[in-house]
Amino acid sequence: MSQAELTMGGHTSGMARPFAIPTKKLAMWLFIIADTMTFAACLVAYGFLRNGTANWPTPFKFSPTVVNAMVMTFVLISSSLTMLLGVRAAKAGDKSGAFRWTMITAAAGILFAALHLREWLGMIDEGVRLFQNPWGSGLFGAAFFSITGLHLLHVTSGVIALIIVGLRYKGGRYNADDIEILGLYWHFVDLVWMFVVPLVYLLNVAR
Amino acid sequence: MATESHKADSLGKYLLVYVCILAIAGLQFVVAYQPIDKSRMLVRMLSLAIVEAGLGVMFFMHLWQEKRGFLWFVAIIAVFVLAAMNYSWPDSFRMLVGAPFSK
Repeated sequence: MSQAELTMGGHTSGMARPFAIPTKKLAMWLFIIADTMTFAACLVAYGFLRNGTANWPTPFKFSPTVVNAMVMTFVLISSSLTMLLGVRAAKAGDKSGAFRWTMITAAAGILFAALHLREWLGMIDEGVRLFQNPWGSGLFGAAFFSITGLHLLHVTSGVIALIIVGLRYKGGRYNADDIEILGLYWHFVDLVWMFVVPLVYLLNVAR
Repeated sequence: MATESHKADSLGKYLLVYVCILAIAGLQFVVAYQPIDKSRMLVRMLSLAIVEAGLGVMFFMHLWQEKRGFLWFVAIIAVFVLAAMNYSWPDSFRMLVGAPFSK
């Protein structure tokens, strides 16, 4: 068998759908695995700095920071449920339902981002900057803003993707598979937050 | 891409998973105010986060419904690399005690 035949065969049979998963979905899973490593590297680096710094500050008061984190967590977890409902509606062929749930998910993402920015502005008002703050090690600001900023970037990208994919799905250019693949990304953003909250917020609660 | 198993999913199951994840997230906030040292708090919070993430990956992301080979593919890669990353941070104890080189 020639190389060309092997290549053709590879593309049309065994190699076409590894694990019986459609290519676009597999690509999203691989992206999620890679992005997991990015966040993990950030959190491990943060753990290294936090553990190795004697005067690491623990400034977060119950109100407003912890309450705000609770609301943000509720909003993001609930947005995963609305995304799931959107995927279910798309799979069932309910186009208007899928579009509606996708837009509700985007709205929840916008609310999350707004709460996050309000919190950032409050901290900046208190004098927290990337490499200085009024409480202790200057690394605190760098760790806090870089990790939460990276997550906020993912949420913002997700909201833009939700709006674009939702509109294109409604217009008939995208199908239910595209909504499902975008759903994977949105759930991943939610999962990352489950680690950011305890490590970055709750371990730095003021007592 | 739609499979029979996807269609057969009941909304109740997802609502239950949603409530469980919310409850575990709530527990994390409770743990934050427990009178325990930071290392025990870290272990408790990370354990809760792993359970939360596991529920999300398995049910919201439907990994449980994919082929077992794919489940193992994702799990082994993720666990191995995440574990390997933890090789470095215990070195921060050396910084904390002020020893420039390990003895």
